Amino acid sequence: MTSTAHTLAASPWRSFAWRGLKVLAIGIGIALLFALAQPHKLGVSMAYAVPITFGCWFFIDAGRLLAVRWLQRRDPKTHPQWPGWPWMAGVLLIGTVLGYQSGHSVGNLVTGQNAPGLLFEGPVRAVSLVAFSLVPGVLATYFFYTRSRLASIEAQAQEAQRHAAQAQLRLLESQLEPHMLFNTLANLRVLIALDPPRAQAMLDQLIAFLRATLNASRVGQHALSAEFSRIADYLALMKVRMGERLQTDLVLPDELASLPVPPLLLQPLVENSIRHGLEPKVEGGRVELEASREGDVLVLRVRDTGAGLADPSADGTHFGLQQVRERLATLYGDRASLQLAAAADSRGGTVATIRLPVTP
Amino acid sequence: MNTPTALIAEDEALLAAHLQAELARVWPELQVVANVGHGAAAVEQSLALRPDIVFLDIRMPGMDGLEAAQAIGEDWPEGAAPPLLVFVTAYDQYALQAFEQAAVDYVLKPVQPERLAQTCARLRAALQRRQMPGDSSVVETALSQLRELLGAPGLGHATPAGPATRLSVIQAGVGAAIHMVPVQEVIYFEAADKYVRVITAERELLIRTSLRELLPQLDPDRFWQVHRGTVVRADAIASALRDESGKLTLTLRGHVDKLAVSRLYAQRFKPM
Repeated sequence: MTSTAHTLAASPWRSFAWRGLKVLAIGIGIALLFALAQPHKLGVSMAYAVPITFGCWFFIDAGRLLAVRWLQRRDPKTHPQWPGWPWMAGVLLIGTVLGYQSGHSVGNLVTGQNAPGLLFEGPVRAVSLVAFSLVPGVLATYFFYTRSRLASIEAQAQEAQRHAAQAQLRLLESQLEPHMLFNTLANLRVLIALDPPRAQAMLDQLIAFLRATLNASRVGQHALSAEFSRIADYLALMKVRMGERLQTDLVLPDELASLPVPPLLLQPLVENSIRHGLEPKVEGGRVELEASREGDVLVLRVRDTGAGLADPSADGTHFGLQQVRERLATLYGDRASLQLAAAADSRGGTVATIRLPVTP
Repeated sequence: MNTPTALIAEDEALLAAHLQAELARVWPELQVVANVGHGAAAVEQSLALRPDIVFLDIRMPGMDGLEAAQAIGEDWPEGAAPPLLVFVTAYDQYALQAFEQAAVDYVLKPVQPERLAQTCARLRAALQRRQMPGDSSVVETALSQLRELLGAPGLGHATPAGPATRLSVIQAGVGAAIHMVPVQEVIYFEAADKYVRVITAERELLIRTSLRELLPQLDPDRFWQVHRGTVVRADAIASALRDESGKLTLTLRGHVDKLAVSRLYAQRFKPM
């Protein structure tokens, strides 16, 4: 967000000049409006309305920039364009009075008339004149305010997008974990000579898994059934390596099969189960994946019967979980969650539970 | 020359079978006496079968390849040359650097026949040197290689990459209470399965960590590792005694326990 704000503020004087031109147009518009009532006085209306509009704008906008600059010196976190409404109200009032007075003087100069300025009018007329002159200033300020707010919302959206892109890149790196990839390839090479049909099946699974991994950074969502298939591919690859030490069980009710989920959301959890749960155990264990629905919430559970949550500081665990959490936060805000807990039953191990809103 | 023997420790069955098949091709005389799937079995079978060569996978369930190597090196009978170690890994950049530095042999998975042939040629030559009578440097060479390997930074997953923060107080849970023990009061640490026993002059506490994780947090000048399972505060050591069989034992100040020093760390105890 800061970088975008800086580019907005990079050429304040250029945009200042640009706004000046627009204000000139508004001034002419106001003069024409007056001229509608008194067509023969078009020249006079112009001579007063244009400099007064211009003057009001000049003092208001310059006042705003000065106020921002002064506030920024006190608190660097001040918005680089907007001093806030209380300050702006003061700037508007003073700017309008100064602008009116100086524009009025210019008008007198041009027309050769000597119409009394604000200071020499009666108080009622002076106040109503200022109030009338305030209207375009307030409107323009309000317009300016909403527009820069829109710009900052847009900047936030861009930031979120960039964040998502970075997360996807890191996701890709972690899913293509070199140790997993090289070990799988090593097994594949051995299988080619030993058992060609099995080698082909393994290669197909590797291809499907790699394709899903690469697509995960591009595709926003895929069906839960596709998610389960990719996880099944991953588990099949791991089974070639781990043999009997890895038992798996995937439960996906038919009515949930078509629900959309972010691609490979579960993969880091399954990988954690194997890496930190089963791999340290000589006898291995089970990885169970289960989808269920609780009202409008889709519940995805990854459970292992492995070593359990011994050490919360274990390097890989933290990273994988954080990644899943970040993805969930980016996509669903606080409507989704990930929980990691020790399994409650006697089989031991860890349960990771993801809760997502069911989007129709 | 006797028939050379080897043990293969590899948790992935296919890769173990492949390594054995490739070994049979490039070194037909080599007899593979056992094929084991985890580190603890590798140590047990190595000590029981006494192979000339042990092929050790780095990542194995339970005890990993490096821990197994250390245990084999420490528990190997005195006087006998420990087996030649060859590490096997699919991808492990830290390990590869450490192997290069310590001049320990390694092969990458899946094993390439040419590379395996080179390794076998080196192993043959090393075994032949061992057969020569009167060469007592064999044991010491093997041990110093192992020492260098184990001391390499970044090896093993538990070791943090950067310099760890030093621990000043040990916090041990006893029931509902947390006991705070300043490290300078600890006489020694001893590994006990997934825990570490903390022994002070007054009491004995258990902390839920591994010795391997604890070690980088201790000042290496004040706390000496004397065995794969023991780290002792240097100024708590009263004496080091060598018995007839060459085994070194420490007596302590302020505690009756006697600590065994493994051959890997025995070199620390020399007269000034």
